[in-house]
Amino acid sequence: MEFQYEAGSGSLRVFAPREIDECAAGRLRTEVDELIDSYQIRHLIFDFSNTEFMDSSGIGMLIGRSKKMGYTGGSVEAEHLSARVRKIFALAGLPRLITVKEERRYD
Amino acid sequence: MIREQAQEMSIRFDSYPENEQFARMTIMAFLVDLNPTVDEMEDVKTAVSEAVTNAIIHGYEKEVGQVLLTCTKVGSRVSITVTDYGKGIEDIKKAREPFFTTRPDAERSGMGFAFMEAFMDEVHIESEQGHGTRIIMNKKLHLLQKV
Repeated sequence: MEFQYEAGSGSLRVFAPREIDECAAGRLRTEVDELIDSYQIRHLIFDFSNTEFMDSSGIGMLIGRSKKMGYTGGSVEAEHLSARVRKIFALAGLPRLITVKEERRYD
Repeated sequence: MIREQAQEMSIRFDSYPENEQFARMTIMAFLVDLNPTVDEMEDVKTAVSEAVTNAIIHGYEKEVGQVLLTCTKVGSRVSITVTDYGKGIEDIKKAREPFFTTRPDAERSGMGFAFMEAFMDEVHIESEQGHGTRIIMNKKLHLLQKV
């Protein structure tokens, strides 16, 4: 399975996969870091439109990216969270580290 | 069909991260006839994913070993065990604390047990150093009433 990305003028949009477990989180971590470094990304956006499942491995990956962006004064945002992903975010206190766009997803 | 007598299943698989999805799907398939709600399904899926990830990441680290997943359903009560034969947990009390991790270098969130506890009714941990760990998780599903 290939992950999709969109990069341009200092920002990177990551289209998160359907399920984010240890397996997917590990690959995302490597790929996103490579892209951040090679395109000098200042603004990182995780788009969760397709994501139905995320466990604590996903949380670890997101906290790690948030720290990495923090070192260079960059920002991290999350968009299009399902009710489930929103709940996982809340339980882990992620909204304190990552800006969650407050639009509603209808599912 | 919901039976009052216990039904059990078990699978054993190698501790590759790719098998986490296999474990989640197997549990889902086994429980689908209990008509769980979408939320209940997601709760169980997440808890199983956490326990299996722990077995793979912490139990075996770089080694490959076997993970045993069993599930018993009796009426609407579900009991799941995840067993590994890896290195065991040094301090169970600490391991249960939210955000505690023995591997911050590997970007672990330390939320594994907190998620299991949030999504299941009961979580028991049995562990012996050098021998392995067994996680037992119970949940009662609130079945949709038949009209």
